[in-house]
Amino acid sequence: MAVIDGNLGLLLGDSEAKAKTQRQRLPIAVVLAALYLLVLLVAVIYPSLLARDQPLAINTTQTFLGPSLHHLFGTDQSGRDVFSRVIYGARSSLSIGVAATALALAAGSALGLLAGLGGRFLDVVIGRVLDVLFAFPGILLALLFIVILGANVTTLILAVGLGTVPGYARMIRGQVISVRDAPFVEAAAVLGHTRWRVITRTIFPNAMRPLVVLATLGVGQSIVFASSLSFLGLGTAPPAPEWGAMLSAGRDYVATAWWLEFFPGAVIVLFTLATTALGRHLQRHFEGKDAA
Amino acid sequence: MTTTLRTLDALDVFAEADPPQAATVAPRRGRLLRRFQSHLLSAVFVMWGAATLTFGVLHLMPGNAAVAIAGGAASHPSHSQIAAVTAQYGLNKPLIVQYLIYLEQLLRGHLGYSSSQQMAVSTVLLQNVGPTLLLMGSALALAWVLALASSVLTVKWTRVGSSIGSGLEVLGASLPSYWLGIVLLEVFAFKLRWFPATGGSGLVGLVLPAVTLAIPLAGFLAQVTREEFESALEQPFITTARARGMGDWGVRIRHALRHAILPGLTLSGWAIGSLVTGAVIVETLFSRQGLGNMLLVGITQQDPPLTLGVTLIVALVYVVANLTVDGLYLIADPRLRATA
Repeated sequence: MAVIDGNLGLLLGDSEAKAKTQRQRLPIAVVLAALYLLVLLVAVIYPSLLARDQPLAINTTQTFLGPSLHHLFGTDQSGRDVFSRVIYGARSSLSIGVAATALALAAGSALGLLAGLGGRFLDVVIGRVLDVLFAFPGILLALLFIVILGANVTTLILAVGLGTVPGYARMIRGQVISVRDAPFVEAAAVLGHTRWRVITRTIFPNAMRPLVVLATLGVGQSIVFASSLSFLGLGTAPPAPEWGAMLSAGRDYVATAWWLEFFPGAVIVLFTLATTALGRHLQRHFEGKDAA
Repeated sequence: MTTTLRTLDALDVFAEADPPQAATVAPRRGRLLRRFQSHLLSAVFVMWGAATLTFGVLHLMPGNAAVAIAGGAASHPSHSQIAAVTAQYGLNKPLIVQYLIYLEQLLRGHLGYSSSQQMAVSTVLLQNVGPTLLLMGSALALAWVLALASSVLTVKWTRVGSSIGSGLEVLGASLPSYWLGIVLLEVFAFKLRWFPATGGSGLVGLVLPAVTLAIPLAGFLAQVTREEFESALEQPFITTARARGMGDWGVRIRHALRHAILPGLTLSGWAIGSLVTGAVIVETLFSRQGLGNMLLVGITQQDPPLTLGVTLIVALVYVVANLTVDGLYLIADPRLRATA
């Protein structure tokens, strides 16, 4: 964002914009985070650009090789290259995280808006239901979904997505209520806009503003959550390269082949760190704007 | 001069939490009681919600509810077993009657029979609740020690120390427990052989699982306590304390620390939820006996009574823990006791 500001400033020859850019130099952590996410994006779109080997290519003469220059992340019990599997796994793993977060935000926003704008009765009912769901650790809700629907990718997305809904719904409700009582909403009502127009044009866009930050932070958390369930053997089925499934399969060899668990896990840890750094940065950016 | 300092010092509500005059004690106790009653009421409501949720799951599950209660399809219950369950739970009656009978059975402590463990679910729960509570309790305590140490030791001494501290906190909070557990296992159990890799009774076996659970939690708690610690150090009562000649350590530990604890304490309720998630993973990874392990067994071996029983007991632990946190909060923050 600051880069765009800078370009604009140079184009316009605006000294004030230039001063602003210098003050808001991007922290190194945010640059690294963005770079890492960019690499993962390449892995999602065009994995063969990064990985030389096929993710499913079995080679029984090269099982359990430790990390080396030839196999950066080593090979697994079937002689498959772990690095290639991690790269090819980015697509399904990140899709699960994004889909689950999207589901959670959509359902959370709907509930939050209903509670915030639907009158006292709805607010109390939704609030109480959320209290109950909140009292359930996310993993229990997720596991109950798996009990009902059986373990597969769709269930995993539903379980992770719906398991995190209560938190989002609470946050959105709070945001809706603070916006609902803001002076500019009163002004819009005084101007004679219909209630529907005030809700869709004034309350909704303002209440949804923290969503960008929530979504950025949420994708990282969803992926950790989904991979935890996969790790327990409740996610995607093996041969397919997916980070959680790789973790689950590697569990049997943890005493002998540490790289099977270490590298897929490390990729997830770095992803969470990257989304946290970026999310925090966006948060500060928005808050700064609010203060101005 | 001394008077001014005293007045300023009084702004630190925690510095001297002397009880107010005797006259205010009676209404204060009334307020506390009422507060506690409303918390208790919402706790009961949450438990009722949890029971309703498990009832819903039992009936939404593929297959017959009678088979599920009798131990799940995997256990192949006999016709007489199914008939017995149908009669006990009134499964041929209308849904609302079934629901009431289900609640009654729960209140009597009848949670069904676990086919995978070959014993009553309530017995399984009794055997497993202890180890899990021990694991969660020690992890929570360790997390608090780490979080507070990080705040006291790194906030505002030097800039480098402060950024290292907050960097470590973000890193800690981002570590999934399965990965952290595997790294700790690899280093301390397989390479250094300091701790056993699996199970292990007694304190030695508890170390790695508790540390695995505590580190991510400490990261979260420390981020909150650090922020509060920083702002507490800028308050006028800190200047007062320094003006009275109190040393840096004294200021940090006697004054700022108490402020830093409160927001973290609120989070402890949430933390217990995250500890449950962590416990499932850690108990599986370290092959420890406990509720988390039983939960996973219940799901993977299709043993619905066990799964739902663990779900209910976990909700109960969570509710009781939150009530305790509320109580602690009242003790830690004298403002909540004030008769305004």
